[in-house]
Amino acid sequence: MSADLYEQVKRNPKFQQLVRRRARWAWGLASLILLMYFAFIMLIAFTPQWLAQPIAMGSVITLGIPIGVLVIIVAFVLTGVYVHKANSDFDRINQQIISETEQ
Amino acid sequence: MSLRLISVFFLFFSALPVSAAEAVKGQVQQQPLNLPAVLMFLLFVAATLVITYWAAKNTRSTSDYYAAGGGITGLQNGLAIAGDYMSAASFLGISGLVYLSGYDGLIYSIGFLIGWPLILFLIAERLRNLGRYTFADVASYRLAQLPIRTLSAFGALAVVALYLIAQMVGAGKLIQLLFGLPYEFAVVVVGVLMMLYVTFGGMIATTWVQIIKAVLLLSGATFIAVMVLRHVGFDLNLLFEQAVAVHDKGDKIMGPGGLVSDPVSAISLGVALIFGTAGLPHILMRFFTVADAKQARRSVFFATGFIGYFYILTFVIGFGAIVLLTANPDFFDQQGLLIGGNNMAAIHLSQAVGGDIFLGFISAVAFATILAVVSGLTLAGASAISHDLYASVIRKGEASHRDEIRVSRIATVVLGVVAIVLGILFEKQNVAFMVGLAFAIAASANFPILFLSMYWHRLTTRGALIGGFAGLATAIVLVILGPIVWVDILGNAEAVFPYKYPALFSVLTAFVLIWLFSVTDNSQRGRDERAMFEHQFIRSQTGIGAHGANSDH
Repeated sequence: MSADLYEQVKRNPKFQQLVRRRARWAWGLASLILLMYFAFIMLIAFTPQWLAQPIAMGSVITLGIPIGVLVIIVAFVLTGVYVHKANSDFDRINQQIISETEQ
Repeated sequence: MSLRLISVFFLFFSALPVSAAEAVKGQVQQQPLNLPAVLMFLLFVAATLVITYWAAKNTRSTSDYYAAGGGITGLQNGLAIAGDYMSAASFLGISGLVYLSGYDGLIYSIGFLIGWPLILFLIAERLRNLGRYTFADVASYRLAQLPIRTLSAFGALAVVALYLIAQMVGAGKLIQLLFGLPYEFAVVVVGVLMMLYVTFGGMIATTWVQIIKAVLLLSGATFIAVMVLRHVGFDLNLLFEQAVAVHDKGDKIMGPGGLVSDPVSAISLGVALIFGTAGLPHILMRFFTVADAKQARRSVFFATGFIGYFYILTFVIGFGAIVLLTANPDFFDQQGLLIGGNNMAAIHLSQAVGGDIFLGFISAVAFATILAVVSGLTLAGASAISHDLYASVIRKGEASHRDEIRVSRIATVVLGVVAIVLGILFEKQNVAFMVGLAFAIAASANFPILFLSMYWHRLTTRGALIGGFAGLATAIVLVILGPIVWVDILGNAEAVFPYKYPALFSVLTAFVLIWLFSVTDNSQRGRDERAMFEHQFIRSQTGIGAHGANSDH
């Protein structure tokens, strides 16, 4: 891997585009996950009784159960979102960068 | 307040073998030989030995040995990662926690899952693009090889050793209980089989053993959960109603029960789980077994799905155990306690829903689970010795591939023997703190260096070294001064450090010191290292120059 190769990539405006887009998605989704998780933990720490209320009159199922399951599902869905975005968008730009770079 | 959090935390964290060990402690009488379980386990062993034989024939290069030649697909690797994560601990520990406290078990599982999306977004691709066999490859990419690899290797070995001892002790007790085999015999069987897999089959065998076990465990857990749901006519409301009706704690099991009560402990717990996961050497190593960054991403996607699904199953299983076991005196001893402890809830439930044959199957899966997890750990430890310490530090990159693999095999045997000996020596010791300490070290020593080396251009060797050692030392010292070791083991009245879980403090220490000693580093070497960040950054983003599948150079 020559220094020249890296220079070419660095000068390619698509590389800057790739870096910006990936960073926006990666950090955006990471913040979302952290926000969700710590919001959940703070709910547990400060208002456990809110989570322990039934979802409907006469039901034993509490609000906390669908919320907890939802946290798991959202975590999985967001990994899917990132993988989809990366496979379509980031990889396409990346392929262009590589093919425009003289090996 | 925090005591409650921590005690549950450790119960769980200590990953089951340990908590199973705890549960069994003192009163484990060896059970009568469980023939169906032994037969099914022998079947598993036979299958894995065939795989090891096949893997050995296909293991030629160092890349094959450490990274399965990069030939594992995203789906396969996702299963293997999930397998590493779904230890006997999480299966028995979490379902036992749900059985004991209901909703708190769900809180635990969520903490364990949440690191995975973050690993995907921030680490997986860069790790794959920059590294080759071990995470130290990435950490030392532009820093001084000798000190950084040494530090990373010791970080990895500390994690592996603590984890291994805890697993071995847990394995011995669990097997004693489930199979009716003597403790020492169980420890030796686990140690010898793991040496065989790793020495001859390397990463190919280790990965496939893990995949098979993950499929068996997911199928078994699915079967139990479906049978539980069938029992209540697939009416969740009925399941919870019946559980509330028979559980000692009544409707308290439907809400948070004090697992997380003080914010400092809660955040420390989160930090440990998230950063610890991202610093476990045997997990990080799996990212090098796939062909490229794309497959690395897919691995995490599948792994997150399997792990999330598994945790939802354990929740159903825990409630199923409340409903189906509580009324049946067969599962309780004279004092009215669940035989073998609460962590045996899933095991007893398997008998309740599937009879003796299915009980044998689940017991065999639990054994297989321990075996698969210790194999992954041993390979990670052996790689730290052969690839980082021997090939890179001692031989300065001049070792032949043949020598490197030979050293790795010797290291595997040594680690195996050490694990067996320590497993037997620690039989009567309280090993509950060890997995917690392993996570603390992973989060405080391995993770900060790895993460900053990929993300922060001003990181220098000096900063990484001082901060990394400080993180390591802080984690160890705070665990020793904390309630688990200082009070429970050493017998002092009050802990010097009040929290059982130190991650928040030790991780902060590591990051702050790495930052401080990097920005104040004006040496020529420091300047050179910063200058190299750009190349590293381009490679981490594009994969240009990354080690591809089957590249041995």
